[in-house]
Amino acid sequence: MARAPKKRKSPYTADRNTPGAFEGETVTRRGLMTAGALGVGGLATMAFGLPALGFALGPNFSQTEPHRWQDVGPEEDFGTQAYVQKIIDLIPDVADSGKTTIYVRKTDPAKDDKKLQDQPYVAISNRCMHLGCPVRYVQAAQRFICPCHGGVYGPNGEVTGGPPVRPLDRFYTKVENGRVQVGPRFSLDSHFNRFPHPRDPSNHLDGLWQYLYPSRPTT
Amino acid sequence: MPKVKLPKPPMPRRTPPRPGTQKPVNGNDKPGLKDHAAEAGIATIGWLDERTGASPFLRGFLYRKVPKGTNWFYTLGSATMFAFLNQAVTGVFLAMYYDPNPTKAYDSARHITNDVWLGAFVRGMHKWGSTVMVLLVFLHMGRTFFFGAYKYPRELNWLIGFVLLLLTMLMSFTGYLLPFDQRSYWASIVGINLNSSGPIVGPYLADFLRAGSEFNQTTLSRFYSIHMLLIPGAIAALIGAHLYLVAKLGTTAPPWLKAEKAKELSEEEV
Repeated sequence: MARAPKKRKSPYTADRNTPGAFEGETVTRRGLMTAGALGVGGLATMAFGLPALGFALGPNFSQTEPHRWQDVGPEEDFGTQAYVQKIIDLIPDVADSGKTTIYVRKTDPAKDDKKLQDQPYVAISNRCMHLGCPVRYVQAAQRFICPCHGGVYGPNGEVTGGPPVRPLDRFYTKVENGRVQVGPRFSLDSHFNRFPHPRDPSNHLDGLWQYLYPSRPTT
Repeated sequence: MPKVKLPKPPMPRRTPPRPGTQKPVNGNDKPGLKDHAAEAGIATIGWLDERTGASPFLRGFLYRKVPKGTNWFYTLGSATMFAFLNQAVTGVFLAMYYDPNPTKAYDSARHITNDVWLGAFVRGMHKWGSTVMVLLVFLHMGRTFFFGAYKYPRELNWLIGFVLLLLTMLMSFTGYLLPFDQRSYWASIVGINLNSSGPIVGPYLADFLRAGSEFNQTTLSRFYSIHMLLIPGAIAALIGAHLYLVAKLGTTAPPWLKAEKAKELSEEEV
């Protein structure tokens, strides 16, 4: 059975037999009032909703990790072999929860990767690259060991066992007036390629993975 | 000027007496103090009822027909709601002493436990109550699943219940940080980094939770406001919707009961 041709509705309310229609009117007064009330209500909601949303999401779009240089001691304190444990402030004014432990030694041209030899010192972050627990360096085993889920790293921070997805993060270093200074954090993929925008623990950085875990405005 | 004659509104011939104005029972014409006292409760409820029309609603809500075979498993939902109410009430009062400042949170939590009168009890109720609530949510969900109570027309209630389950989990996650001891700090670090492991959106989600790339001054108060304002409001609203649908759709009979034939039913009723 052939379908009846679709009837085109007239744009005029008078032609559509709408009660109380006016000559030449295309929108009923009721329709206009409904749309107007909904529109004004929507505007009023957005007037407080959008600023509140922006307020909550704001930190996502601003750099929150301050780039500061911190003194960790004179150059004589650090050799190329043993790590020296230091504590620096990641975030000031939040007591212990803003501090972190770093492991510092002098860069050794013999054993350090060429890509990282522009840094005079090696400053390794103790943040585990599995889920962020604090690793500690065990001198006897020459390994960084994570207490939470069994992550193990070699003496340069490279993953030698367990669930971590990339080597331990490092901090930029420089020497000023004979004193070692530690700056912003950077991340490494498993070939020690440097990522100046540090990524979170659990974010892979090898190959295509780096695009699934993009750099964020906060770092 | 001619007087305008307004038409009279239609009135019933005799207005029924207002409730509470009938002749007193003691036989005297004037009600005594005793009569007033005896009727005070009923009069108050009547006054409210006349103005809100609550009683038809409450009658429909509370005096529902329940199917045969309704048993103790059907109380798990109410039990979950009372667990939530326990969390809400104890949480409100814990908030009177708690300070969501990274340098003071631990001390204020310790102050609640050690110094405040009944503090250890109220904090204990909140702490253990959270575990009880999670357990009850899962038992309630299991009851719904194994009794087939999620089927038509109750699918929407299952979905609302699923959102409530997620919100309960979020409550557990955000509440765990608040005592701010070593365990809660590192557990939250791990939890935030778990969020970060999701591809593409994960790192942004973690930034949202931390209010930045590292644990900072606002992380704790952010968790606190999500824990005590944002999610409880959503949970309370969704419990309302959940209950409304339960009252509207009724409960299901347990699956081991066979449906009665319509004929027998009608005979019984006659």
